[in-house]
Amino acid sequence: MMLETLAIYAAATSLLIGSGFVLVGVIGLLKFNDPMTRLHAPTKVGTVGIGMLLLASMFSAYADGDASIHEALIMAFLFVTAPVSANFIAKVNIHKRDCDTPPSPPRDDTWSTLRTPEEDQS
Amino acid sequence: MGAAFRWLMPHPFLTLILAVVWVLLQNNVTAGMVVFGIILGILIPWITSAWWPDTPKGFRLGKMLSYSVIVIWDIVVANIQVAWIVLTVPNSKLKPAWIVVPLKLKQPEAITVLAGTITLTPGTVSADLSDEGHSLLVHVLHTDDPDGVRDEIKDRYERRLLEIFV
Repeated sequence: MMLETLAIYAAATSLLIGSGFVLVGVIGLLKFNDPMTRLHAPTKVGTVGIGMLLLASMFSAYADGDASIHEALIMAFLFVTAPVSANFIAKVNIHKRDCDTPPSPPRDDTWSTLRTPEEDQS
Repeated sequence: MGAAFRWLMPHPFLTLILAVVWVLLQNNVTAGMVVFGIILGILIPWITSAWWPDTPKGFRLGKMLSYSVIVIWDIVVANIQVAWIVLTVPNSKLKPAWIVVPLKLKQPEAITVLAGTITLTPGTVSADLSDEGHSLLVHVLHTDDPDGVRDEIKDRYERRLLEIFV
């Protein structure tokens, strides 16, 4: 009985912390005015924000008496896919020249997004 | 025996991951589910093996686990730092910067893990790879010392990944 009560309090705390981080992420998304800096806000929501909300769901399921481990899987998939979408948004920004031009790489010719295939150069 | 094992499971870690994912999806651990998960874990890599021409040769699972713990800790710490930056630093005082990280890693899998780690730790987003894969372009939200961030990425993450993927 004691543990169930503790789990309810833990779920409430996780919910508060998680929604706090989501709120900060949304503030960041609205506040920054450059496409590249704006990209930093969602990466924060996607990790600790959603992570704490899922943790709250696990605690709450435990308090209800049926333990659930689905949430660990959601976290794993989110951690694998979130960097991919962030990378694609960054690539679009570089390609459309929406941001400061990045410095050229030291050893190679250019960044792969900015590279023009030879048949398109003429 | 070894050859039969390699024929049955060309990617042992993929087999293991698929079995664990199947059990987690069912949300209850019973013997039947575990057996069915293992069957799927053997069948799926075998059917899709044509699209996996190269496998990373060496992979140290123990070092990968300690790496994951370090990354999760860094995510929590960096989240609080970035939340503080979002709430207190005005736009005019923000110092975003591009940094170029020269890569010692060669395998595509290792570079993918490094780029994913950089994006997951808030405050840095990996944006692009150079056309021949020798350097990684990273965007930093707010920093006074871009070279320090680059050295931290190289020392904290890349050095460990070099030990994991050998």
